[in-house]
Amino acid sequence: MLIKTNRDGFCQLRNSDITDQSLYAGRRDLMKLMASGAAGAALSTWASREALAQGVSAIARPGKLASLPSVKSAVPGAVTLEKLTDYKDASSYNNFYEFGTDKSDPASNAHTLKTSPWTVEIEGLVKRPAKYTLEDLLKLSAQQERIYRLRCVEGWSMVIPWIGYSLSELIKKVEPLGSAKYVEFVTLADPKTMPGVGSRVLDWPYVEGLRLDEAMHPLTLLSFGMYGEVLPNQSGAPLRLVVPWKYGFKSGKSLVKIRFTDKQPATAWNKAAANEYGFYSNVNPNVDHPRWSQATERRIGEDGLFAKKRKTLMFNGYEAQVGQLYAGMDLKKFF
Amino acid sequence: MPSRVWLQPTAQLRPLLRHRMAKPVAFGLSLLPFFWLLYAAIFNQLGANPAEALVRATGDWSLRFLCLVLAVTPLRIISNTPTLASYRRMLGLFVYFYVVLHLLSYSWFDMGFDVADIGRDIAKRPFILVGFSAFVLLTALALTSFNRAIRALGAKRWQLLHRLVYVVAGLALLHFFWMRAGKNDFAEVVVYALILGILLGWRLIRFISKIRR
Repeated sequence: MLIKTNRDGFCQLRNSDITDQSLYAGRRDLMKLMASGAAGAALSTWASREALAQGVSAIARPGKLASLPSVKSAVPGAVTLEKLTDYKDASSYNNFYEFGTDKSDPASNAHTLKTSPWTVEIEGLVKRPAKYTLEDLLKLSAQQERIYRLRCVEGWSMVIPWIGYSLSELIKKVEPLGSAKYVEFVTLADPKTMPGVGSRVLDWPYVEGLRLDEAMHPLTLLSFGMYGEVLPNQSGAPLRLVVPWKYGFKSGKSLVKIRFTDKQPATAWNKAAANEYGFYSNVNPNVDHPRWSQATERRIGEDGLFAKKRKTLMFNGYEAQVGQLYAGMDLKKFF
Repeated sequence: MPSRVWLQPTAQLRPLLRHRMAKPVAFGLSLLPFFWLLYAAIFNQLGANPAEALVRATGDWSLRFLCLVLAVTPLRIISNTPTLASYRRMLGLFVYFYVVLHLLSYSWFDMGFDVADIGRDIAKRPFILVGFSAFVLLTALALTSFNRAIRALGAKRWQLLHRLVYVVAGLALLHFFWMRAGKNDFAEVVVYALILGILLGWRLIRFISKIRR
């Protein structure tokens, strides 16, 4: 069985829990046989339903928010087999400065965020600038489940089953002009519902950006949910970006505007400390943050107090998929 | 120093401070943060990132005890409560106790007790170097905190040496400031800077007025 449920009712997937391919294929054959009638009419409906379910998420929902059905992603590299981070940790240990700088602040303060109605404006150098409602965006392409590693610039990491589709699906619809070279992501900054927006920690709204080819990469995810449900507010509801090979802060939360430009966007952390946070901010164990090493990381909930930290992987382990985007670039200079 | 009218209520505190159980109680209270952290670590109450929580909490408690010990002399003189002086060494050693826990948490949970890694980290990261320097100075103070050391050094030299605690306060604040600089979040740093500023400023003003007299 694929699912292992612990006391909290959250799912944890281990390498050992993953069914061997040959067994898995054999099981499907058996089911097909059953469904074809050999095992009797009563069993056949159950069997075909099970067979169908094989393409669907195997992750147990935490049961906190509305369900968001999805199919497993076929994008190369989109489904890591590592053990998932507990939903409890993933939804209580967050950086979302609009709700406070402590990592427990977003979970306690983000309930004020109003996620409906929600619109996202697409503007700048595109043939079809538009204002999309959340409902339009949810239906724009099939929702896929992707299990990504998430590496925070602070030196910790998680493994999260996101739900969404490649941002490229949306980009193709709005048809960027030839002059568009970058994509800027503007996130919500509402002082009424976001207590942190009054602080001077960063320039609000929080702005992030990608090169157009990075934004078009199939792994760049426009995400609406995680763990089989819609996103909790503290994780960037109702929709956010997830760029798995970059430090977490590159993945803007609660997006309200996507702008196509010919100039490199001025991003929030780069404006705050240009020597510490570069525009690219690709996960790179060989380029240290000025104040700490990026060579290792602590996997939240898994690497215990006394365990040695694990080695950070180049491009967070997505080098095979995204390495060519940076061919010939000096990654120490363009950090 | 004349005792001031508005501080008269503290007169009732004096017998309390001299009570035979007063010091053991203060000792026990000072250990409460340690036992809480121990309990929280064992029973998984430290949140998603227990290592980070421990490193931060022990750092916070080091700073708090540093503020406490530096408050002893101003409080003693302003409130005319000489007994307070007898609590100074204990509080000072608690600063060291929490600093050692802080350094241990960092060395263990962040660096896996890899001495070479720790050495490289100290050399590479100024804020670690500053914190480590504060630890080295405090070690000197802790090692010379007992009576025989005072006698061996002579009161004058001992006092001069122990004025290093003012340097430690500056280093600790810089260490904390640098750590928070990454998040541009100085609210807490400002609070500690204000407290330490008042405690050290009071000494400076007193020193200047003494010279003038």
